[in-house]
Amino acid sequence: MRRATGAVVAACAVVLAACSGGGAAPSGGAAASSLVVGATSDPDTLFPWKATQFQAVNVLEQLYGTLTELDADLEVVPGLAESWEVSEDGTTVTFTLREGVTFADGSAFDSADVKASLDRIRDEATGAVARASLESVASVEAPDPRTVVLTLTGPDAGLLAALASVNLAILPSDATEEALQATPNGTGPFTLTQRTPNQSIVLEPNPNFWGGAPKVPSLEFRVIPDETSIVAAMQSGNVSFAVFDDPLVAQSAEGSGLTVTKTPQLSYHVLQLNARRAPLDNLDVRLAIQCAIDRQQVLDTAALGEGEVTGPITSPAYRSDPAARPCPQRDLDAAKHHLAAAGHAGGLTLSTIVSQGEYATSVNEATNIQAQLAEAGITLNLEVLESGAYVDRWVAADFETAVALNGGRPDPDGMYGRYFTSTGNLNEVAGYSSPELDALFAQGKATSDPEARKAIYQEVSRHLEDNAVWVWLFTSYTYTATGPEVSGFTPMANGSLKFLRETTVGGS
Amino acid sequence: MIARHPLLRRVLEALATLLGVAVLVFVMLRAIPGDQVTASLGTEAAALTPAQRAALEAYYGLDQPLPVQFLSWLGAVATGNLGASQRTGESVLDMTASALPITLELAVLSLLIGLVLGIAAAMLSASRPNSARDAVGQAVGLAGLSVPAFLLGSALLALSSRFLGYNPNAEQFAPLTADPWLHLQQLVMPALVLGFGLAAPIMRTARSALLEVRSQDYVRTARGKGVGPRRLALRHVLPGALVPIVTMTGLQFGYLLGGAVVVEQIFSVPGIGRQVLLGIQQKEYAVVQSTVLVIALTFVLVNLGTDLLYRVIDPRVRAA
Repeated sequence: MRRATGAVVAACAVVLAACSGGGAAPSGGAAASSLVVGATSDPDTLFPWKATQFQAVNVLEQLYGTLTELDADLEVVPGLAESWEVSEDGTTVTFTLREGVTFADGSAFDSADVKASLDRIRDEATGAVARASLESVASVEAPDPRTVVLTLTGPDAGLLAALASVNLAILPSDATEEALQATPNGTGPFTLTQRTPNQSIVLEPNPNFWGGAPKVPSLEFRVIPDETSIVAAMQSGNVSFAVFDDPLVAQSAEGSGLTVTKTPQLSYHVLQLNARRAPLDNLDVRLAIQCAIDRQQVLDTAALGEGEVTGPITSPAYRSDPAARPCPQRDLDAAKHHLAAAGHAGGLTLSTIVSQGEYATSVNEATNIQAQLAEAGITLNLEVLESGAYVDRWVAADFETAVALNGGRPDPDGMYGRYFTSTGNLNEVAGYSSPELDALFAQGKATSDPEARKAIYQEVSRHLEDNAVWVWLFTSYTYTATGPEVSGFTPMANGSLKFLRETTVGGS
Repeated sequence: MIARHPLLRRVLEALATLLGVAVLVFVMLRAIPGDQVTASLGTEAAALTPAQRAALEAYYGLDQPLPVQFLSWLGAVATGNLGASQRTGESVLDMTASALPITLELAVLSLLIGLVLGIAAAMLSASRPNSARDAVGQAVGLAGLSVPAFLLGSALLALSSRFLGYNPNAEQFAPLTADPWLHLQQLVMPALVLGFGLAAPIMRTARSALLEVRSQDYVRTARGKGVGPRRLALRHVLPGALVPIVTMTGLQFGYLLGGAVVVEQIFSVPGIGRQVLLGIQQKEYAVVQSTVLVIALTFVLVNLGTDLLYRVIDPRVRAA
């Protein structure tokens, strides 16, 4: 008996002591004005050329520098290159590099590092994920320490925007992947001070950063796997910055007094049509689907209206007019007319693949599209797949239609060239190509005047919509939640956290 | 013939169980669509050339026939090499060595909470069956069974953060040796959630066991001798009811290891449950296989321990 009572007393003491400790604990937390970012996952790699996971990209863009950068509107601005010149015929780009830039270990940055980096990225053996971005590069020369000359096989106006990706970061010429995984060594605004796998990454400002040292004394990415738990951590004041995708989570953050900013994303929700398969090879069938779907209704029912109806191109500078298409609004009569013209007046049955778990709205989008198409006489069978199975089918282009959330890029050539040119590496998945599109994409690459490029990509957009290649639905928002003391951050449509370098916490 | 010895038989059974688990987890992991290549690249895997794909498969060891993959893994495990995470390069043995103690600590703390809550509620209920007191105890038990851990956990975390500003789990996880006080605080909320779920089945088992023992002759005799109600409940009735309670608790240990996956995720506790979950998400075959095997081994050992405990608490088993 004495033993049992002892255990009870001990257990109660533990519980009570822990609860009563409550008030004091959080104030003892991190130093006064350091910035703690809540992240759901640890970076899966610290090697910038292989990083695809956005948590990894978010950390790496603080550590590494790129030749060019993007501003808040995703226009190209100088990075490690302070200026550049494109030759008359568009096949030579000459970069002038910044002076006095050093890597985190103190070694100097010069044109040899740029040449070594770009050459290694172009080498297939390196396995760099953005190798295709440099496909037009024939050679890289470094005539003097501050000059780099790229000779291109043909004009490539999208190259400058592509070079802003951390996947094309400039590494020290003698660095190996193994060494950088253990100790990152870049020219970015921050340097790494401490890493606990799956728990936390702590960075400190790089005092020699060419753009001026960041204002926060330290920047920590703290891994809290559950988004709801991140909101809780923000409420208790332990975390002061987080980015959410789920509107419900964003709402609960907003409801508890945090500041939440909405930014339309580059990525887009779309009903992909495989136009190489009957009956979708018939333009009238595709137009019938386009006309039968009210995009706003999909957005309202599946995503609580949290987003914007979109056309193909989502980048702010090149954005498509969502109304510029054969059926700007839902038109069931037109849909039925197109179906009849295709010889399917009696109706039609199609299937679609839907991913479960990859993103929150997929199944709701699919069921709403199913209901809308049914009113036009099209039966849509849903194949709801676990995300791994979905990716397998998507990658193999093994579907009639696919409810998809595809990533976007700042430059429209980078975004759709690989899908809709007949030689693009995702063209099989896109299910459509045409000589007109090939010609337009080639013209876009050859034109460096920004206004002329915008006109060309409006044509691309028009061609995609007129041929109902896919049915573009909407873009979601990214929600940036910040605590009361945080200011100075500018969210970007590509999800980049570049402006953490200008963020301050408290009155500092 | 040697296998007739009860202890040896138990060990052989345990080994067979572990082998079964090994086969099952190996097959199931490969039956899940997608592999490490698509897990790391997502839809970007569509852009791989066949040569790149083959190179990645060779890197991950996926180009070997399945039986070869299985036997080479099992052979390595038998020699104590649990493999390594391809993502971080860390060996699974090292990962487990830091994660398993945390989960075991969490499990023991939950067990304590579960036993205290469960047995206290059961004694309350059984003291007057079918009374209002019993109804309250039963209702709490039902709630413990029905409220899922993820809901209870999220609610607890949200309420305590919002209204008390108290959220030790949002701090970096503190190892026991570095900061025992913060470490304990970080385990209390998850242990409460798990313990509450555990209290329910313990309470229900204990209640019926207590009621059964109460009607036995020796209890009536004790009461006739004039033993007071407190002493009667704690010295005579409870010990008689311990065997089913201990059995139930041992079985529930499996639930604790499973429940830890959910609770560790919500409360950001770097235990063995999160190790498995991360491994599954990233299709890290070696991590998942070896960790599941470690969990199975823990479960088998605990049940073996439970059997031995019978001998201590029940003289009849000791005699047999």
